[in-house]
Amino acid sequence: MNPKRKQRLLLILLGVSAVGVAAALVLFALRQNVNFFFTPSEISSGVAPTEQVIRAGGMVREGSVKREDGSLRVHFNVTDFAADVAVMYDGILPDLFREGDGVVVIGKLDETGLLTADTVLAKHDETYMPPEVTHALEQAGHPDTTN
Amino acid sequence: MWQAFVRWFHKWSSPKWFYEMSRPWSFWLGWLALICIATALVWGLAFSPVERLQGNSYRIIFLHVPSAFLSQAIYMTIAVAGAIGLVWRIKLAFYAAKQCIPIGMSMAILALATGAIWGKPTWGAWWVWDARLTSMLILLLLYLGLWALHNAMERAESGDRAAAILALVGVVNIPIIKFSVNWWNTLHQPATLKVTEAAPMHMSMLIPLLLSIFGFYLAFLAWMLMRTRLEILDREKKARWAQQEIRNLEAQ
Repeated sequence: MNPKRKQRLLLILLGVSAVGVAAALVLFALRQNVNFFFTPSEISSGVAPTEQVIRAGGMVREGSVKREDGSLRVHFNVTDFAADVAVMYDGILPDLFREGDGVVVIGKLDETGLLTADTVLAKHDETYMPPEVTHALEQAGHPDTTN
Repeated sequence: MWQAFVRWFHKWSSPKWFYEMSRPWSFWLGWLALICIATALVWGLAFSPVERLQGNSYRIIFLHVPSAFLSQAIYMTIAVAGAIGLVWRIKLAFYAAKQCIPIGMSMAILALATGAIWGKPTWGAWWVWDARLTSMLILLLLYLGLWALHNAMERAESGDRAAAILALVGVVNIPIIKFSVNWWNTLHQPATLKVTEAAPMHMSMLIPLLLSIFGFYLAFLAWMLMRTRLEILDREKKARWAQQEIRNLEAQ
């Protein structure tokens, strides 16, 4: 390779790595802002601000969903299995909302630790299975492989 | 061995050779791509089973994942071609890089649009500002920037170089898109298709998905060859062989 070309190639490699390092530093400094939601552990340790709109994400704790009679109001707990956040929501839940599955709620946290949600978004995972296969796996006693 | 490689590499720098070679390749690759994509879509949309939680709405994956993959792969192609153009001063690399931009841009638009259509029934939102969606939007903006830069320059050669430098700067966004779902918590789920482990996806869905991705790659190659051929004729129009070819095409 002639020296002129080698120099240009080195310059490009140097430039690309410099941009990479700069981006890594910026993203590292802003890591909390880049996160889409707070985890229940972060909320219970007081990282999340109260009385302003935040997003909280985790799993809907099994058996925690309670609907009020005569209204759309629903109470449930969001958990990361280390801490829980109590959520109250008044509205129609997304189709994929179910106990044990992922969810992101947007709303305000009060001093008592109750999050009043305006929006509930369902998260889905990266597993794609037909219903019969899930059923067959559960029958065989391996429900974990599909969750 | 090395000498043979250098000769082969140098042949690639000849626009005339590329123009002749790409004629049959674009034709056959294009047809093969059409067959693969049509088979994959009919299979995926009509014959694959429903998903246990998402029902039928997951079927948009057969467009969403291939277009998202391609939008990133095409960006890397542009950056590598741009670097080759800058280092070895090969005109053809710049021509190909330029004509990849509209293809990559359409793939990024398709990925974002199908993602929004998928997001509404599954998440409950068309759009959220999580790291994956935002970095994909930045990729689309980079494509727009590259195209604008080409057209803003008086001389095509300055546009080639400026766009190559911007493409190289934007490469940093590609690992951010890929790892955004692992580095930060996002609404978008992590990757299903991974090199290191088996995909948590049933074979009846996985095979048409892989076929669709393969077809999209072939379609990109065919489309890129076709567009680059036109770019060659336009940029080499002072060369005698190109003038001859343009006259032949006009006579048809």
